[in-house]
Amino acid sequence: MQVTDRATGPFDPPTAFAVPGRIAVSNRAAAVWQRAVLTEVRRETPTVSTFRFAVPGWQGHLAGQHLMLRLTAADGYTAQRHYSLASPPDDSGHIELTLAHAEGGEVSGHLHTVARVGDAVEVRGPLSGFFAWPGDRPALLLGAGSGVVPLMSMVRHHRSHRLAVPLRLFVSARTREDLIYAGAYGEETTPVLTREGERRRLAPDHLAPCFGVGAPAWEAYVCGSNAFAEHASRMLVDLGQPVERIRIERFG
Amino acid sequence: MTGPQATRGFVGRPRVHDPGLPPGQYDARDDWPVLSAEVTPALSTGDWTFRVDGLVAEPRTWTWDEAQALPASAYEGDIHCVTTWSKFGMRFGGVSLDVFLDAVRPDPSATHVVAYSYTGYTTNLPLADVTGGRAWVAFRHEDAPLPSEHGGPARLLVPHLYFWKSAKWLTGLRLLDHDEPGFWEQNGYHARGNPWEEQRYAGD
Repeated sequence: MQVTDRATGPFDPPTAFAVPGRIAVSNRAAAVWQRAVLTEVRRETPTVSTFRFAVPGWQGHLAGQHLMLRLTAADGYTAQRHYSLASPPDDSGHIELTLAHAEGGEVSGHLHTVARVGDAVEVRGPLSGFFAWPGDRPALLLGAGSGVVPLMSMVRHHRSHRLAVPLRLFVSARTREDLIYAGAYGEETTPVLTREGERRRLAPDHLAPCFGVGAPAWEAYVCGSNAFAEHASRMLVDLGQPVERIRIERFG
Repeated sequence: MTGPQATRGFVGRPRVHDPGLPPGQYDARDDWPVLSAEVTPALSTGDWTFRVDGLVAEPRTWTWDEAQALPASAYEGDIHCVTTWSKFGMRFGGVSLDVFLDAVRPDPSATHVVAYSYTGYTTNLPLADVTGGRAWVAFRHEDAPLPSEHGGPARLLVPHLYFWKSAKWLTGLRLLDHDEPGFWEQNGYHARGNPWEEQRYAGD
């Protein structure tokens, strides 16, 4: 319904962030808890591991989506957290989560120190179509720390379908040792190390080559801590990226 | 699947039952996570306006100074975010939405509102959830101006619902005679978002 006020005309927000979600989300799937069995744990860095689960009823997801994972104690107490999916959409019947072992982390701590192959947890999802990338538009991906996880799902999707649409990934980490998926990056990726090598954070000159004459009309995806998200998104705006084509996922 | 299935070896944090914590939430303690999907707008108080329109007798727009001159009231209590953190005893200062709504005189047919952010973000609420002293336009947190990354200079505050309903960078409210899903609601979130009933996603 368009409400028009004769005195001042229709209300229009000054900017156009509220673009429709990229993806129609299946509400039914999101509402159902499914059993997920841990099948593999891979060490990524000294504090980060990838957990692979078999979820036979998984209906698939889009790169960039997340899920909710729930653990239940014997007394019925539950803890649930949102985690980004690291695996590409077509990893049939399996999903992967890449989790940092957070200090005092109730859920990540359990998965890192107690869980073993064969254990079951519960998941619901996939959730939220906003950060999802179906592979349809040029993708400029900026991630820091474990913020690279949903972006890696996009890179993997791009590779597995040999998509021709441009994709660039800038990933920031403190050191090479802290760089998640360090061995998996190709020419699409520029790692930025803040405590060794270049010793500086992601800067406009890293990104500038993506914004020259004839550059793709990027859909930008930013994922990381709030400080990184603020820094990276402001940089993109300064380089001319339209705000309504910047999607941000912040890890509080 | 029916009830939760116990996870081998999971004991969870040492805990006492806290009646203030809705199901599925944890106490974020000193953290106040920032969760927004858009670029934080650079919005000064001089640029900020707040408009209430739709099914009202007299649509109206307030400037910052006009809004500051309205009777102030505060909220002190708990906040619950759908991403499972809760924060106890938060203090916000602002103006009750009742003050703004009284001024525009809602039409009796109005049943819902859509809150508009300066960024274009929207969220929908039943009118009954934002009247009767249950919602504010918040300008301050802990006696300081609301930080921009938390929605400053002004955000909606509807503390009895999940926090995505408390739209940041609030600039408008439209009254409707029907429910109209907002941004996250179109992206699979629940229409109402009551933390005590765990109304996280559509279908909950």
